[in-house]
Amino acid sequence: MLYREAGDFKTSYEEDSQTFPIAFDRYRYWVVLAFAFLVVPFIINDYWANAIVVPFLIYAIAAIGLNILTGYCGQVSLGTGGFMAVGAYACYKLMTSFPDVSIVIHIILAGGITAAVGAAFGLPSLRIKGFYLAVATLAAQFFLVWLFNKVSWFYNYSASGQINAPERTVFGVPVTGPNTEAWAQYLICLVFVTVCAIVARNLTRGSLGRTWMSIRDMDIAAEIIGVNPLKAKLTAFAVSSFFIGIAGALFFAVYLGAVEVGEAFGIQKSFLVLFMIIIGGLGSIFGSFAGAAFLVVLPVVLKVIGVDLLGWPTDLVAHFQLVIVGALIMFFLIKEPHGLAQLWRLAKEKLRLWPFPY
Amino acid sequence: MKDMLTPYVTDDGRQIGETLMDMRNITLRFGGVEAIKDISFNIQEGEIRAIIGPNGAGKSSMLNVISGFYNPQEGEVWFRGKKRPPMKPFQVARLGIARTFQNIALFEGMSVLDNVMTGRLNHMNASMFSQALWKGRAEREETENREAVERVIDFLEIQAIRKTPVGRLPYGLKKRVELARALAAEPKLLLLDEPMAGMNVEEKEDMSRFILDVNDEFGTTIALIEHDMGVVMDLSDRVIVMDYGRKIGDGTPHEVRNNQEVIDAYLGVSHD
Amino acid sequence: MSADFLYGIEVIINGLMAGVLYALVALGFVLIFKASGIFNYAQGVMALFAALTLVGIMEGEVPFSHLINAIFGTEIHHFGWEVPALLAILLTLVVMIFFAWAVQHFVFRHLVGQEPIILFMATIGLAYFLEGIGDLMWGSDIKTLALGLPQGGSLWVEDMTSGLGGDDFYGFFIDKLDMVATVVAIVLVTGLILFAQYTKQGRAMRAVADDHQAALSVGISLNFIWVLVWSLAGLVALVAGIMWGAKSGVQFSLSLIALKALPVLMLGGFTSIPGAIVGGLIIGVGEKLFEYMIGPLVGGATENWFAYVLALIFLVFRPQGLFGEKIIERV
Repeated sequence: MLYREAGDFKTSYEEDSQTFPIAFDRYRYWVVLAFAFLVVPFIINDYWANAIVVPFLIYAIAAIGLNILTGYCGQVSLGTGGFMAVGAYACYKLMTSFPDVSIVIHIILAGGITAAVGAAFGLPSLRIKGFYLAVATLAAQFFLVWLFNKVSWFYNYSASGQINAPERTVFGVPVTGPNTEAWAQYLICLVFVTVCAIVARNLTRGSLGRTWMSIRDMDIAAEIIGVNPLKAKLTAFAVSSFFIGIAGALFFAVYLGAVEVGEAFGIQKSFLVLFMIIIGGLGSIFGSFAGAAFLVVLPVVLKVIGVDLLGWPTDLVAHFQLVIVGALIMFFLIKEPHGLAQLWRLAKEKLRLWPFPY
Repeated sequence: MKDMLTPYVTDDGRQIGETLMDMRNITLRFGGVEAIKDISFNIQEGEIRAIIGPNGAGKSSMLNVISGFYNPQEGEVWFRGKKRPPMKPFQVARLGIARTFQNIALFEGMSVLDNVMTGRLNHMNASMFSQALWKGRAEREETENREAVERVIDFLEIQAIRKTPVGRLPYGLKKRVELARALAAEPKLLLLDEPMAGMNVEEKEDMSRFILDVNDEFGTTIALIEHDMGVVMDLSDRVIVMDYGRKIGDGTPHEVRNNQEVIDAYLGVSHD
Repeated sequence: MSADFLYGIEVIINGLMAGVLYALVALGFVLIFKASGIFNYAQGVMALFAALTLVGIMEGEVPFSHLINAIFGTEIHHFGWEVPALLAILLTLVVMIFFAWAVQHFVFRHLVGQEPIILFMATIGLAYFLEGIGDLMWGSDIKTLALGLPQGGSLWVEDMTSGLGGDDFYGFFIDKLDMVATVVAIVLVTGLILFAQYTKQGRAMRAVADDHQAALSVGISLNFIWVLVWSLAGLVALVAGIMWGAKSGVQFSLSLIALKALPVLMLGGFTSIPGAIVGGLIIGVGEKLFEYMIGPLVGGATENWFAYVLALIFLVFRPQGLFGEKIIERV
């Protein structure tokens, strides 16, 4: 089938503003979803789940969250790691305090708690702009990590200072704890990522999304056409933190199972997610997926090539990874500030006209 | 001179109504500099009101006071018969005052359609929950407001560039999109800061036509700043002349043109 | 005088010394920001890289030896000579100047006119890149920097001050290295100010800081000035790297300590050299005092976040910093 929009006329504004205006995109979307839900769970194994697929899905949620704040609302945050930690610890406290409630509800509530914390740290954004704000969010990062490290109530006074996810089930199937099977891990993350992506898409294409983008593009003009900047920024912080909190909860409960806060949610995590949206594309939901996939797969590929194929020492490969990631960030900011998503869009535009150049 | 406080009928037969906006003894200072010195004037419903004056006369500052971007140190702003307390710009916008900017202030990262849709933000209040699911109110509102926006797009003849990113448009079209965004808000009072700056004759004619049509068809009251005297004299019902932050003339174009102080300000005499 | 009070004073003095080091790193930020509007997140990593390079050159390590060994299966690691400290410092400076040129030529020349926040994110990428290069060149193990700088507490100060308190007070403990650092920092700042005020390049630098276009129109080469400020920032990074490296070893955490320069700048304002110094001192003293007085009550290690939270609270009330110019918004 050809990738064409000719003849695909829209007769209503609803049709015109749908997510995938081109029929081919719509079909592909359903095929991808069907494959992800109906085929992958049967073929996935532990290695693929742990090394690539599950972290990819979780980071995609975090990247969507940060993209709402940074890509759509223009507020750069370096506190992502700290907010993921809030999600993780909130989830842990809920899981251990109310063991009878479903884990799904705990994860959503953890997102809600993170949203409140995020909005609180977003308050200064009314007065502080640009990289001043970026540095100010470092306060959130360092303070939150310190808090979860020092206040033993958060880790239920365990001697190791770690938090461990107890076993919880959904429809009788364990999704957290040591007995979880790869496909269950995968499916619960997939459900969350699908819902999060759809919600994010809906929020960003409607009036809330336009409010955010107007603040991003020119905050003074936005205020003069009637946007309340505080409300716009706070909703962006809250919604963004909601997704990031969910990602943190899943990262701890479903993926890692046991977490030490400084190690799992340090400043490096903040940068990692920021890099994902730069490489993937600022202001694009698809870009969040692309960036997450890229930065999850890159270390695995480098390890396979460097360590397994060439037999280099692991630390050498790790250093190479830093160089490559750093260089890529600069490359994308110079050549393609809209990231992989823009490359994809350009390819599609070419494809639409193919085989004619114009 | 006509009695400015009561309704009157213009020469071309339009009915001008009650006072819409009344500025009383406005003084605005930046540090020690007085940008506006004790100025009073009013704008009546249905009028096209122009503010003219040499560079640095305080015209833009005056517009900024009206749109709430600056709060004056002294004086009162009355809007629709009520005294307006000091407000944030977004609150002023919600009263029904929209504006365009001297240096175009569009949202460069968004399409023309999305830019104009931002003008409708104050007409949309679906809950976040409804928007997240894209069901019920959010979906309905989107369609209703899209219809309103399409009317403005038709009116200003920018249908063809609907989906174009604003950053790619030429200057003249950007100005028109900015006007569309302001019109989409269906304002009571429309402020235009040099709507024709940097345009060629043809574009100026188009823009003049749009301004007159807006005033005529929607009954929108308009206050504008403009340097092109021909345009000002043709378009406006009444003119305020400012110089060095003071008001030196106020009246119909004809009256202002024959005002000695205005002539001095424009042709230049020594200020002492 | 009570011992507690005197210990408090000692904490303040030590805080001031630590603050000098923060100010030193912050100075590097200010230089680049004033001249190019780039908020250089990589300044801390530059200090780390400079210190790594210095150690590597002094000990005669073969650059990229791990990489060469991995590719060719060789076993090289040292040239077998040792370079005297002064020569090594000069060589490191050459490396930093080359780095300045490369950064300007390959990265920021292509980003002229971009939004500040894009430039900022590019410097985060630069920080990763430089850290990786540093590790590739010299390996990532912790190194000691043996420049022969004095170490340990100053007995002289202890003797002089021990009489101030009672029997349980043994005088102020002040690290000799901190004293050296203070002196070096003062010399460096004075030098920079003299350079900016009285040399042709210094004047050109200030002109660029004021207005790019105007500077360009009177014939100043922006490219040259930008390489110059990155080189100066490299010099400042080298000095900061030496001081910090001598104090706590040359290792990755050095670049994280240097992150503290960010809140310092937020306090002092991004464009003010005096601001960087005063901000550094405030943060240095503030975090030591807070740890001394409040730390024990909340479990300690408050130095991790104190500076950031202080800067955050401060900024909410004064967004332009202590010495920054007041921001007037226009339409």
